[in-house]
Amino acid sequence: MLTPIDAIHPHELPRALQQLLGRNQADAAVTLPRRRFLKLAGAGGLALGAFPHLASAQAAAGSESASALKPTEQPSAFVQIAPNGEVTVTINRLEFGQGVQTALPMILAEELDADWSRVRSRHGSNDGAYVDPRFGMHLTGGSNSIKHSFLQYRELGARARAMLLAAAAARWNVDVSRLRTESGRVIGPNGRELGYGELAEAAMALPVPQQVKLKDPKEFRLIGRPTNRLDARAKSSGRQDFGIDIQRPGQLTAVVAHPPVFGARLAALDDSAARAIKGVKAVLRVPTDRGGEGVAVIADGYWPARQGRAALKLQWDSSAVEKVDSVRQLAQYRELAGQPGPRQFDADMAPLASAPRQIEAEFVFPYLAHAPMEPLNCTVALSDAGAELWLGTQFPGVDGMAAARVLGLKPEQVKVNVQMAGGGFGRRGVPSSDYVVEACAIAKAARSAGLNAPLRMIWSREDDIQGGYYRPMHLHRARIGFDERGQVLAWDHVLVGQSITAGTFFEGAMTKNGIDATAIEGMREPYALPMRLTVHHPKVNVPVLWWRSVGSTHTAFVMETLIDEIARATKQDPVAYRLRLFGEQHPRHRAALQLAVDQSGYGKKTLASGRAWGVAVHESFESVVAYVVEASVKDGQPVLHRATAGVHCNLVVNPRTVEAQVQGAALMGLSMCLPGAAITLKDGVVEQSNFGDFALPRISDMPEIAVHIVPSAEPPTGMGEPGLPPLAPAFANALAQLTGKPLRELPFKLA
Amino acid sequence: MSKLHVNGRQHPVDIDPGTPILWALRDSLGLTGTKFGCGAALCGACTVHLDGQAVRSCVTPISAAAGKKIRTIEATTDGSDKVGAAVHAAWVKHDVAQCGYCQSGQIMSATAFLKSLPRGKQPSAAEIDSAMAGNLCRCGTYARIRTAVADAAQSLA
Repeated sequence: MLTPIDAIHPHELPRALQQLLGRNQADAAVTLPRRRFLKLAGAGGLALGAFPHLASAQAAAGSESASALKPTEQPSAFVQIAPNGEVTVTINRLEFGQGVQTALPMILAEELDADWSRVRSRHGSNDGAYVDPRFGMHLTGGSNSIKHSFLQYRELGARARAMLLAAAAARWNVDVSRLRTESGRVIGPNGRELGYGELAEAAMALPVPQQVKLKDPKEFRLIGRPTNRLDARAKSSGRQDFGIDIQRPGQLTAVVAHPPVFGARLAALDDSAARAIKGVKAVLRVPTDRGGEGVAVIADGYWPARQGRAALKLQWDSSAVEKVDSVRQLAQYRELAGQPGPRQFDADMAPLASAPRQIEAEFVFPYLAHAPMEPLNCTVALSDAGAELWLGTQFPGVDGMAAARVLGLKPEQVKVNVQMAGGGFGRRGVPSSDYVVEACAIAKAARSAGLNAPLRMIWSREDDIQGGYYRPMHLHRARIGFDERGQVLAWDHVLVGQSITAGTFFEGAMTKNGIDATAIEGMREPYALPMRLTVHHPKVNVPVLWWRSVGSTHTAFVMETLIDEIARATKQDPVAYRLRLFGEQHPRHRAALQLAVDQSGYGKKTLASGRAWGVAVHESFESVVAYVVEASVKDGQPVLHRATAGVHCNLVVNPRTVEAQVQGAALMGLSMCLPGAAITLKDGVVEQSNFGDFALPRISDMPEIAVHIVPSAEPPTGMGEPGLPPLAPAFANALAQLTGKPLRELPFKLA
Repeated sequence: MSKLHVNGRQHPVDIDPGTPILWALRDSLGLTGTKFGCGAALCGACTVHLDGQAVRSCVTPISAAAGKKIRTIEATTDGSDKVGAAVHAAWVKHDVAQCGYCQSGQIMSATAFLKSLPRGKQPSAAEIDSAMAGNLCRCGTYARIRTAVADAAQSLA
């Protein structure tokens, strides 16, 4: 999700966030005396590093050992080595399918020289040690986990290794230069060796080195090796706990009746039938997102809470909020597209009128729900000391602060325990912390009502599909003038869609001159085109959010189908045309596209009758993916048979994960094309409610997807999202070859 | 008081007989391996075996399980079930899971499917797709699911 937020610097984040992430938390950590820490660590049977606060304390207190190291650089917050040699690596990101739970430990274990069969992984929290080292905030998004933490986790592993070596040198009284490490052991002269588990406690007491020498990539034995996931066994046996599986002693479950129109308020409530249901403990009016009001039913399990909600008699007052109608909204967007607006790019549009060839096109993209398989949930336990939260979140720091605000606590009184999440795709990284705020409001109201139990709030699938925070609806318009060779003379482009970052703490960094960078990312890329881009961001009463690959979900489609159309109009091969446009620039695009072309047999292989090739290439989040696909039309329905991916993500940490991410992202890209992939509104109410009317692809829709990676030694870039954007345009381009008609609306309508 | 026969043991549960098996398992028995995805038999995340048949536990009330045996992912993959063990092993070997949330249901559907086949019969690609089409995966692990089901069938031959 999140985009070029390389532009975000800590000083641009809101003051409260800076305080939480910076000084405040470090100060709080300093109050934890080192002696006390050591005792805690010993009691827990833990060796090297047990408590992230130590890292903060060491950094903030300027202790001798680590004066120049930040909390994010302290091995104690990231590596535990048990006496039996088991190494547990704490990940500073949310694992929700993308594989960082395995890749980050691989990176650390590489430099640690750990025995991979003894490496485990666990999630971090909202502790300051677990911020993204580049952004300075807790963040899983923008496909940046590996990109931003590759060096960090290598250095953490190297530091821990250096401490283990120093401990062994002291134990044996030999110079450290005579020691080496291998697979979880320090090996000394005369065949002596000690396991890491035997050295960890002594190593922990040693100074943390600031400078460490990293391996020559030629020596890598884990990085780059196809590796199965650390969570594969647990996830193949029902033994993996997710946020929704949290079981705190005595916990109660809350289900919320949300206003049917975003931000509407409750006019009347009759809860007598709900209260009569066995297991229902309380019915409470609670504030909901966007100034709305809802009703929480609290019961001793989900089912009675859900039954209680069904028994509520509710009347809503939506007079104060806009009631969106999708048909009317599209007409408004069309009207807006004809108005002047802020410009991202400018170019001389005079050649348009006289251009020998012209294309005029309008594209429409609907709202889309993320629909992660694990419904949204958040568990909150309140005590006199503060609050503890359990949830799968992409923003544990932001969510912790939002919880503190709702609960009237200091940020450091809130602990967010990051849980394994069943998907997310952006929906668990919400600047407003919508469902976390809701859960905390319920917990607060319940406590006021005398219910002191931990509270687990669960959204139903209907709550998820209808509860907002969608990929925004977009309208694009293009007028393109070009010559017979396909040389673009002028390209006048208008984009209409809500801003995702408007009104959030990302707005300052992401929105410049009234244009949200997350809406236009991917436009014009990577082509040197004379484009004028006008952008409109209407305000609409529908909450919007980043959805896997964000702006590129629509910009890649527009760019890559139009480029293809110009190639077709001028009778040029779409691959050769793109390669010509790249020129000497864009070697990664060129390499990815060429690899997909070579591996697919494009231009060489004879396709089965009724099939056509389709091509698209797109860079997002600094990685490039090209697809060459084979498609056909069967009984009036588009069918994607095969996709060959060419991927450029620089150095690959785990090729097995890259393959999975590309296959998964391709299917999610395909999901945008198939019937049922649209959220629409009438009278302000979302018309879809579950997987019956917001349809997802099934196994029978899955094409064959072959993934090929361009070899590279450059620092890695991410792969959580970049496999998505080029799939839909490649598919559309193949269908346009077959039907002669370009597709300009998602989901596809072939009629 | 109702009785539920789950994974070889009888469990008394004091809940409404209309309660779906899913919530009896998760909230009354603490068996959280069976997942809540849609509550409407549309995604298959909640799949369990009722007298050997794959059913959607989110819409099957406990009253429908009276006198029947419920088997969940926990017992299917603990090594005691030959077919379940083969499916589990294939899932691990082929690194199927991404987020993993739907995989309990996928494995329960795959296991029921393989048990339904005549001994030694290898399923075709179309038969695998047809058997697994009721289970949604938002991460898009379908390619590896196909491979894993075929491999599990092979290993049982």
